[in-house]
Amino acid sequence: MDKKKTIIHPYIPNSVPEVKEKMLEEIGVKDIETLYEDIPDDLRFKDEMNLPDPLLSEYALKKHVEYILSKNQTCQENLSFLGGDCWQHYVPAICDEINQRSEFLTAYAGEPYEDHGRFQSLFEYASMMGELLDMDVVNVPTYDWGQAASTSIRMAGRITKRFEVLIAGSISPDRLSIIRNYCSPTVEIKLIGYDKETGKLDLKDLKSKISTKTAAVYFENPSYLGIIDDQGETISDIAHKYGALSLVGVDPISLGILIPPSNYGADIVCGDIQALGIHMQFGGGQAGFIATRDEERFVMEYPSRLFGITTTIVEGEHGFGDVTYDRTSFHDRIEGKEFIGTATALWGITAGVYLALAGPQGIQELGQVIVQKSQYALKKLSEIKGVRIPFLQSSHFKEFIVDFNDTGKNVDNINKALLRKGIFGGKNISREFPELGNCSAYCITEVHSKEDIDRLVQTLDEILNQGGI
Amino acid sequence: MQRKTKVRNFHQAKWDEPVIYELSSKGERGILFPEIEKEIKEIVGNGISKLPKNMIRKQPPNLPELSQMQVLKHYLRISQQTLGADLNVDIGQGTCTMKYSPKINEQFATSPKFTELHPSQDESTVQGILEIIYKLDLFLREISGLDKFTFQPGGGSQAIFAMVSIIHAYHEANGESEKRDEIISTMFSHPSDAAAPNVKGYRVINIYPNEDGLPDVEALKTAVSDRTAGLLITNPEDTGIFNPKIKEFTRIVHEVGGVCGYDQANANGILGITRAKEADFDFCFFNLHKTFSSPHGCGGPASGALGVSKEFIQFLPVPLVEYDETKYYLNYNIPRSIGKVRAFFGVVPAILKAYSWIMSLGKDGLKEVSEIAVLNNNYLLKKILEIRGASAPYAKGRHRIEQVRYSWDELYKETGVTTEDITCRMADFGFHMWSSHHPFIVPQPFTLEPTESYSKAELDEYIAGLKKVVEEAYEKPDFVKSAPHRSVVHKINHDPLDDPARWAITWRSYLKKSKK
Repeated sequence: MDKKKTIIHPYIPNSVPEVKEKMLEEIGVKDIETLYEDIPDDLRFKDEMNLPDPLLSEYALKKHVEYILSKNQTCQENLSFLGGDCWQHYVPAICDEINQRSEFLTAYAGEPYEDHGRFQSLFEYASMMGELLDMDVVNVPTYDWGQAASTSIRMAGRITKRFEVLIAGSISPDRLSIIRNYCSPTVEIKLIGYDKETGKLDLKDLKSKISTKTAAVYFENPSYLGIIDDQGETISDIAHKYGALSLVGVDPISLGILIPPSNYGADIVCGDIQALGIHMQFGGGQAGFIATRDEERFVMEYPSRLFGITTTIVEGEHGFGDVTYDRTSFHDRIEGKEFIGTATALWGITAGVYLALAGPQGIQELGQVIVQKSQYALKKLSEIKGVRIPFLQSSHFKEFIVDFNDTGKNVDNINKALLRKGIFGGKNISREFPELGNCSAYCITEVHSKEDIDRLVQTLDEILNQGGI
Repeated sequence: MQRKTKVRNFHQAKWDEPVIYELSSKGERGILFPEIEKEIKEIVGNGISKLPKNMIRKQPPNLPELSQMQVLKHYLRISQQTLGADLNVDIGQGTCTMKYSPKINEQFATSPKFTELHPSQDESTVQGILEIIYKLDLFLREISGLDKFTFQPGGGSQAIFAMVSIIHAYHEANGESEKRDEIISTMFSHPSDAAAPNVKGYRVINIYPNEDGLPDVEALKTAVSDRTAGLLITNPEDTGIFNPKIKEFTRIVHEVGGVCGYDQANANGILGITRAKEADFDFCFFNLHKTFSSPHGCGGPASGALGVSKEFIQFLPVPLVEYDETKYYLNYNIPRSIGKVRAFFGVVPAILKAYSWIMSLGKDGLKEVSEIAVLNNNYLLKKILEIRGASAPYAKGRHRIEQVRYSWDELYKETGVTTEDITCRMADFGFHMWSSHHPFIVPQPFTLEPTESYSKAELDEYIAGLKKVVEEAYEKPDFVKSAPHRSVVHKINHDPLDDPARWAITWRSYLKKSKK
């Protein structure tokens, strides 16, 4: 942009020279440079930033960005079986319609008056999540499941005044990495094994590791390996016997058909809401929730915003506001609980829209269709020669592990061959769970038709048994 | 239209909209999901019978039941009861950088070519989005002078936590993590600059401002020792005063072996003007939802882009996005990485929007953004100081960078009207006016940040709004104190929100408690 042929950028109205002059005159300085008088010369950047020439017309920008994006191949153009912390579910049109509304998209941190709708929509989100989870307190969402689990653990540490946590070894390795970083050096983490036959939590190992030093036991259900663990109550009982809390991570979209963790003794429940009406966005759509019972000892340990309903001076009017704001770091930078900042409110609003659309019947039917389809896929895949499904005696929700050890082919090569046929095979977990060997995690949701699943099975059979690699 | 006054005869949408549960009508459906194919059903049955008996939910969750248009209408109504930056002269939420978020960038971020990407796809299928991530890294290197960026943190506070984690890992690598247990911040830095180190187990020392409003160098000298792990500091701080001694801060902390992190969440006044590198910082971070135009979304999704100097790349969270001259790829081989701070690669839609925004402006455009933001701010400062009862503590007669923390203390002393009262009354004219972060070191504070996005006429309208409210405060203070009068709802009853017996964070909790 040559300054001499002044271009007035559409995003910067007061660039107009006459306006600029007038404003400088008002301020009483001759140029903008004078306004920077407090920045010492040795701190001034004298060079020019080496950036590409700008694409000033909106059309040029559109062409440029769309060209780059066209290099992507999406799950819509291909057939994808990827899951594992980010999921391809159908996103109802209304979810996008609402989260693209200027009012919600560009609001931020106003008061419960002019931003009443922001408070109400997030209160309603929490209310619907509360029903799904059968719990009375749900936070304004945090960054993702990893953060929600980390904070749940830190909350448990503060409540029990203990500094050790037991975590189910079948947890997503990425999430474990987030937890490790967030908890160190204050909380010590010990892993509990999983049963090699069932994939469920190894109760023996839990009993051998738990003690009166344990702040909490954290496990996920369904687990990262896709397994529905029916020992929840036993696990919670063991935790409680030692004065520890029971923490459960859960995929909320499973709760139309599965009982919520609070019904098997969980004290703090967390997870990710991306499945509830939020596009995958290359992992950009994650958002974490935390839920507890309505007890002061829990509520006062949340670092998050909690929005509550109240009355106004006018009878019959619903008002909303922050519940116990004083516990947050916005109120007290040192004594506040952990820290709070901008996280993922818009995804919370979106998940609320999703749950309102789904309703009790929808969420139940959806859960059922997912397990039916995943059971079908699991059965068909297990019939392929050389393919084995580990933990077959356990039930699965949308994910399950496919074991290729007997095929003599490694997952990377199998997935490359699938890719050539327009299929994104399951996530390779052979590096995440080396003890399982050559395995991948396949994910089936309501978006997969019988035809899609049959195509996968047939293509895999060709690759594995008909020299398809 | 010729208005008699400069302020609008505004009234916000007031639908008297019930809570969604009050709209529920048994049997209605908002959406139908795919049905199961007959052939699958024949093979696997109802699916439920294969689940463990004790895990089957007997009663469906008590979600509301509404038809589709009724859901839409409900949410559209409550959206209208929310004041986004697209609708108001959003200069009253100072520190937040409520600038224009271009709609074309929303088109990119809602394109299926982006939204339908799974983060575990084969690298060969996501070259486009990896290119954008990598190139934004290159751009931010130019803007900061640092050597590598990660976009993993999902907001400024998480970026601060990542900085603290790297500080910890660095001292651990040098065998000093036990000894170095203190982090220094300043009172006018963001609360998370103190709160996040606390989570990591650090003792935090907060430097108070001196009479010029700047963090006191002498206090810093007293604070540092061989226990100092690092410094986390905002500049310009929330006062909008640039700390000219910032290089002395980094020198003092470096001399005792500490690491320096620059909180540039808001860098809107200094693009192309001054950088983290010249001030000798080891890290800095930018909030892509502030300076770089990604919208705020009622409080996220957000992104804290964290940059480091060469020495610290080895500690960054995995993976890093790299380019080998033929393709973009994910590098997990970071020997001393702190691990992960957020799932996958961060809030990618914000990255895409920031990339597009920078591409639309270029180097001169970015500088123009900052210069006009500073021009607007100093214009506003001049005008605010003309308003009765308003003041701008510290640095009298000096110019400010991109924002100013003002005070209504004089007005409060003369009328009893508080910042909170004025905030509520400003809502009646369709404006936000934010106080500031706690503690209120500046009495009766308010913080304005005009950014580059608003025209002079809009700034004048906001000023007219303030003048009008101040006039009222002197003439009929009770009227201001009982505001809002033309907003969505009237003054809320705040006490139940702090009372465990009455607070209700969900509708079911409200029903239980209101029955009692």
